[in-house]
Amino acid sequence: MSAPLAPTVDPTIADPDLDEVVETERPWVVIVWNDPINLMSYVVHVFQKLFGYSREKATRLMMEVHHDGRSVVSSGTREKAEMDVFRLHEHGLWATMQQD
Amino acid sequence: MAPLFSRPVIRRTRSGVVVDLPEEERQVLRSLANDVASLLVTAESDDPDPSLTRLFPTAYVNRPDLDDEYRRLMLTDLSERHRWALETLVESSEATELTDEQADAWMSAINQVRLVLGTRLGIDEDMSDLPPTHPDAPAHAAYHYLSWLLEQLVDARGI
Repeated sequence: MSAPLAPTVDPTIADPDLDEVVETERPWVVIVWNDPINLMSYVVHVFQKLFGYSREKATRLMMEVHHDGRSVVSSGTREKAEMDVFRLHEHGLWATMQQD
Repeated sequence: MAPLFSRPVIRRTRSGVVVDLPEEERQVLRSLANDVASLLVTAESDDPDPSLTRLFPTAYVNRPDLDDEYRRLMLTDLSERHRWALETLVESSEATELTDEQADAWMSAINQVRLVLGTRLGIDEDMSDLPPTHPDAPAHAAYHYLSWLLEQLVDARGI
């Protein structure tokens, strides 16, 4: 396999303001973690109710949580992610958020 | 499934969610919901009850500064939402038919009790039944009973 050569960038001329913009604009992701208490059917229900996902998508995300230990269930601005985390906590799910 | 749990007691009808439970079981639900509500009082104190951990999870991993800020802003609201669900269950515990809103509150309240019991019992995925003489056996039985009710509420409120 081959790939085009990366353009050379002089790190000394990187614009600090630009870096800051990139930092704040990187999306936040909301992660639901596997836990032994919440029922699989309940988790699917909560994903459908909170995010309007189809049963198929909600089930796929739940199975990801179950098998991989975690799944990204939503993303967006920090404010949106905080609201999603709040609503997941309100429903008893183990959710955290981090910048992608 | 144990024979005790074979009859469906919660089902969807045209007008709402019908609950067909004997008075003793309604009494158990009320009592468990009141127990969790009284623990919730400690949530905003310096020494929250350790079995509440799962009701107030960490929001930011590896960022204690942001998590402290989030907790300060959201803890009261989250506690209020939990309390609302528990109180709604207690208030509607005699009802034979629940509105959709009440049924959702029952789901939340029942799951809160499961999270508290599950935390205290150290529930894990490979949990097996306890012998009836085990000191945790009654709490285990309550936990399983609540799981069974919750499954039926999820079906009745199916999206």
